[in-house]
Amino acid sequence: MTVSTEPEKPGAKPAERKKKKFLYVNRKAPYGTIYALETLEVVLIGAAFDQDVSLAFLDDGVFQLAKGQDTKGIGMKNFSNTYRALGDFGVTKFYVEKESLQARGLTIDDLQSITYEDEKDGFKEKPSILPVNRAELTKLMSEQDVVLTF
Amino acid sequence: MLHTVNKSPFETTTLQSCLAHVSKGDAVLLIEDGVLGALKGTVVSGDIWSKRVDVEFYVLGPDASARGLTKERMIDGIGLIDYGGFVDLAAKHKRSQAWL
Repeated sequence: MTVSTEPEKPGAKPAERKKKKFLYVNRKAPYGTIYALETLEVVLIGAAFDQDVSLAFLDDGVFQLAKGQDTKGIGMKNFSNTYRALGDFGVTKFYVEKESLQARGLTIDDLQSITYEDEKDGFKEKPSILPVNRAELTKLMSEQDVVLTF
Repeated sequence: MLHTVNKSPFETTTLQSCLAHVSKGDAVLLIEDGVLGALKGTVVSGDIWSKRVDVEFYVLGPDASARGLTKERMIDGIGLIDYGGFVDLAAKHKRSQAWL
């Protein structure tokens, strides 16, 4: 984890504080363990603090975004729709590792479509899911102020 | 013997260990995150494929549906069963072994 090199001025008003880059790393499949659901809760809380938030999905984490999840048979809450709502909270960067998809016989088309409205660009609808390779994700991780891995 | 596997094969070696210890005539049922092992064209699908002659493979349908897995995405020849089918399998086999 890299810590921001610019120290915050004592007594700085929230507006003057520098936004920090937060990356939430998702590595677990949904439903078998509680990690995926709990990460969503943490992301939603973090989003309320107006920081620069990104999500990464690698390893079994890519299954969190799988299309067509139906939890009726297991009596658990289907939280897959919540990912589509994150755009309204300013969470619009979902980096998905291509190598992890490939190892699991998946392609981007097996994931649900997630978009957001870009207010800086006439509220145009843009994709939130950004496929990246391992090297790109490595670089992204190194550029963060805070990395939280689940 | 009925073997159940509840861990993702991409995260632990539970499935591999189970497959290394099955005997001819056994059944392997994938449940919870274990159902991810049923996917076609993955880095582990060959392990199941190579055992299919001696061992029957099943997937618990409700766990597969929760994770967005459909029958078409699964390795050919894997049986899709519901909770009633799980009970039938447990009754049919003398013993069961849960690989966690």
